[in-house]
Amino acid sequence: MSDSACIPSAASAVPDTVPATTDTPRHSALVRVTHWITTLCFFALLVSGAEIVVSHPRFYWGETGNDLTPTLFKLPIPASRALVPTGYGYVLPDQNGWSRYLHFQAAWIVIFVGLLYVISGWFTGHFQKNLLPGKSDLSWRAFSTAIASRLRFERPNAADACSYNLLQRLSYLFVIFVLFPLVIWTGLAMSPAFVSAFPATVNVLGGQQSARTLHFFVSLALVLFLLVHVGMVWLAGFWSRMRAMITGRAGTYKERT
Amino acid sequence: MSERLRRDLSPRKLSRRKLIATGLTAAAGVAGLGVAARIAQRYGLIPPDHGGIYGLGETLTYASQRLLTRHSLAREFPRSMISKPPFANEIPPLNDAFKRLQGGGFADWRLSVDGMVARPASFSLDQLKSYPSRSQITMLQCEEGWSYIAEWNGVPLSQILQAVEVHPQARYVVYFSIDPDWWESIDMADALHPQTFLVYGMNGDELPVGSGGPLRLRVPRQVGYKSVKFITHLTVTDSLKGFGKGLGSASPEGGYAWYAGI
Repeated sequence: MSDSACIPSAASAVPDTVPATTDTPRHSALVRVTHWITTLCFFALLVSGAEIVVSHPRFYWGETGNDLTPTLFKLPIPASRALVPTGYGYVLPDQNGWSRYLHFQAAWIVIFVGLLYVISGWFTGHFQKNLLPGKSDLSWRAFSTAIASRLRFERPNAADACSYNLLQRLSYLFVIFVLFPLVIWTGLAMSPAFVSAFPATVNVLGGQQSARTLHFFVSLALVLFLLVHVGMVWLAGFWSRMRAMITGRAGTYKERT
Repeated sequence: MSERLRRDLSPRKLSRRKLIATGLTAAAGVAGLGVAARIAQRYGLIPPDHGGIYGLGETLTYASQRLLTRHSLAREFPRSMISKPPFANEIPPLNDAFKRLQGGGFADWRLSVDGMVARPASFSLDQLKSYPSRSQITMLQCEEGWSYIAEWNGVPLSQILQAVEVHPQARYVVYFSIDPDWWESIDMADALHPQTFLVYGMNGDELPVGSGGPLRLRVPRQVGYKSVKFITHLTVTDSLKGFGKGLGSASPEGGYAWYAGI
């Protein structure tokens, strides 16, 4: 692939020697900043969330669950509490204090950043332009072609460097408008104070322990997305895509004087 | 230096107008934050452990939940949902003072109430039980992740606070376990909340020692560690600065948040 900036109108036919002709960045500054703050928060939430789970690696369905009740499933890991029977002969150190502080702080930041992203994305046309699939893409044929090329691990073509392909658009939309709202909702549904004001938020999920279990699975889905996302970035050219998300410019970098 | 890099570094995009606009926005933002902090302080929306790197998240959580939940009631459950067998988590070894009182069948157990009250008092368990007994079937959930539902019998803390006549400028109730390392505090919204109980009974029986008997506090809108077991002493105050390290309770001193509504 050539070193080039994105020329959206002629993306599929980028000539080799084209200079950086356009000032339109591959990713807007707002997308870049919110992307990396979200990345930081996500790692903080993941690490602290894992620490909290370690204190009670048992999951239940319904309102209540404890060491005396049957589980939905258990994680085969040692716990940080002596009281939780895990079959391991040792107890991990308690890390819940800072984990809870960090978890909620990162959650607040990601909510503000997410709101900023969604509101500005709405007004700047980011969603319509970059994320909503075009009409021609909304067919089974386009969908199966996209899946097939992904399964063959085809390297993305030049057009992919300048805009998102169909599967990308759909998965990003799913993460932004389904998984993130779900993980926030199931998190809030575990808060005794929050549900005292909005009891329906936990009742419709089937109970507080159901909310906890769902929170765990939605988090797993987000981790799965992260792995695939980083894998695809790697496949597409890690440094060029990283540079596009950091500096805003697409293409591979080549020193020209 | 490459042409591209030079273009990156040149301040071509930073016009004077933009600079002024950015400066004004930043100034307005800082002023806005200052005003917000003053209002939050005025209405008691700043938690005592607001300092440090997690202060932002703690303050946002406490302020927003306090605004949303000032009068909301914790969910109550039907009797059929009471957890059987009742769950009791680990308790630290009980000290000699406790064992002595336990040996006497808790006849000499006292709850002393002092601080910003008109009539400091000391209540025996029988005196507490002479107030109309109330019950609630609520969930106790631990920050670790487990939970159970029980019926809790006791006297609303607000009744006791009424009996000792709390001064109007009171802002917090600090409560102490017989274990000197174990003390907590709540704001008046939680202290006067109709579901905040001094609990002496559980599931129709005496409150077992394993669950905090003979007397524990129940704060059902916060996670379990605010429901301190073996309560012997309450102090009403307008400031938490004089207690321990001034962070509000033993929890922040051990790394846990003072406000535990989440």
